[in-house]
Amino acid sequence: MSSRSEILGKIKSLKLEEKPLPETPVFAVSPNLEESFIYSILSNKGEVWTIQELEGKIHSGTFPKVFSALPEFKSFSNQELPADPHDFADLDLAIIRGQFGVAENGAIWLEDVDLGLRAVPFIAEHLAILLDRKQLVGNMHQAYQKVGMTESGFGLFIAGPSKTADIEQSLVIGAHGAKSLLLILT
Amino acid sequence: MSHPVQAAEFLQDAAKSKWHDETLWFVRDKRDKISHTIPEWEQLRELASKIKDNVLGNLDTYLEDFERNASKNGIKVHWAKDAEEHNSIVLSILQEKNCKAIVKSKSILTEECHLNPYLEKSGIEVVDTDLGERIVQFLNQPPSHIVLPAIHLKKGDISKIFHEKLHTEEGNEDPTYLTQAARIHLREKFLGAKVAITGVNFGIAETGEFVVCTNEGNADMGVHLADVHIACMGIEKIIPKREHLSVFLRLLARSATGQSITNYTSHFRSPSAGRETHIILVDNGRTAQLGRETFRNSLKCIRCGACMNTCPIYRRSGGFSYESTVPGPIGSILSPGLDLKKYSTLPFASTLCGSCTDVCPVKINIHEQLYAWRQEITKAQGTSGKSLSMKLGNGIFKSPLAYKISGTLMRAALKTLPDSLIYNPLNSYGKSRDLPELPKESFKDWYKINRG
Ligand code: SF4
Repeated sequence: MSSRSEILGKIKSLKLEEKPLPETPVFAVSPNLEESFIYSILSNKGEVWTIQELEGKIHSGTFPKVFSALPEFKSFSNQELPADPHDFADLDLAIIRGQFGVAENGAIWLEDVDLGLRAVPFIAEHLAILLDRKQLVGNMHQAYQKVGMTESGFGLFIAGPSKTADIEQSLVIGAHGAKSLLLILT
Repeated sequence: MSHPVQAAEFLQDAAKSKWHDETLWFVRDKRDKISHTIPEWEQLRELASKIKDNVLGNLDTYLEDFERNASKNGIKVHWAKDAEEHNSIVLSILQEKNCKAIVKSKSILTEECHLNPYLEKSGIEVVDTDLGERIVQFLNQPPSHIVLPAIHLKKGDISKIFHEKLHTEEGNEDPTYLTQAARIHLREKFLGAKVAITGVNFGIAETGEFVVCTNEGNADMGVHLADVHIACMGIEKIIPKREHLSVFLRLLARSATGQSITNYTSHFRSPSAGRETHIILVDNGRTAQLGRETFRNSLKCIRCGACMNTCPIYRRSGGFSYESTVPGPIGSILSPGLDLKKYSTLPFASTLCGSCTDVCPVKINIHEQLYAWRQEITKAQGTSGKSLSMKLGNGIFKSPLAYKISGTLMRAALKTLPDSLIYNPLNSYGKSRDLPELPKESFKDWYKINRG
């Protein structure tokens, strides 16, 4: 007998009582979504920048290798999207646009179409995410309503930079992935 | 070795064990603070528990749905009845790909299956990429906590092993410096691995996708650079619908570390073009636990670690004292199901104070199950609860060290427990009259000073 039928057979033979799925009620959310969202992002150690600040830093040479597929940043982008993500191993900055943000925790939703390559938001040394300030929801229940039944092969909530506290619980930013998350509300 | 003996060893380094205790309590406190900012917290716990009730009652159907939908999305689904089969499936995929080095991200299940030694025997280099896990891997140790794998170590220990393995400056204990060294070291491993292995936090029956949560981004770094992604998932990790993620994600990180969400929550639905995704659905004792009515609820666990952080025994005895992959209160009810004899002292490593049950985001009645295991163990050994507890007690008092820990644990428990619990008639392990006079501040003295 295959392990599949053995496992399923064992479960079926228990004839467990079926219990109904509960309905999730509607919960109140923050009356000021933008304020809560920014508070959450900052708690997660993200940073809130303006477009001008980002442009200034790019001009001054803080980020030598920049990739962006966004029309508004096309002129700053000096990298093409490679076929192989390994070629982005020394990428300094990626600029992408998020679909929406969640006020209660600062999470920003992204799908394949927003990333170009799935590795982009992780392999880049710094990550800037643009987000339309009208695209904010209150909590995760609303967030998944918005995600709906999307068929994107990959979906991702990013809520801050890569971080760890594995050495004596001291928070360190920049474990493996992006060392900063720069949020730009547009 | 039994839990009390192991715990005694941990307590030998008093300063370190005090730090361990206080640090975990700090994490527990962060959990309290953030949960109090969510007015519907208790409703969320209730919802999560009910969703899991529904899952456990329909696990076969959900697994079949999951398999069908995942396959439709181009994910290859495997089934493993036990650890050995899980390991051999992983190995056969690696051999097929001619892969000699893999990166792995936090997966308690692969620890449970002892995947690393299995693969290493076949000449495969396994690199754990979670910083804490890499640290303990360098030291040839298992993780001592399911969320904070290196919580038993001080930065001096880490500095030393990094100096040896990564050639960092001798004596440099700065966490930022050490983390940066690990980043450079692991980056190379990420860039070189053809296959990445990850655990799974949630598998969604409705969509056939699975979700992995990390703060470091290590799971994604591995997966998106590798040609092949192998995900290992215990069959109890299934949830019915995508929308249910909202309930569990609101609870998970808040319960684990007191943060509102992990910085990365990745939903893997199908592989990107030209790549492969495999998922292994693992039983390894889970269907047996499902069949034990009293202990069934333990399968609701989402591995947040909150019950460990709050447990007066765990905090003071350290994760290794349990000698099981999942330590702490939940480990003490999962492990006896796997090997009753080996883990027979674990259900006694509790004051039955119920704090674990209070913090558990999926409302597992942990302390009641601990008590129920004590009864099972007693039955299995053909003796009454009291006398078994006495026997265990006698075991403790034979070794002076073990005795010391027992006393220390007692006093520790007394600091945090209300009278009703200290005098809980079920708690014969912690009853003062079962213990000789405590060395420093005896229970009687304490009681006089504090409650008399
Ligand atoms: S038993 Fe509950 S509190 Fe403990 S790890 Fe599992 S989900 Fe978290």
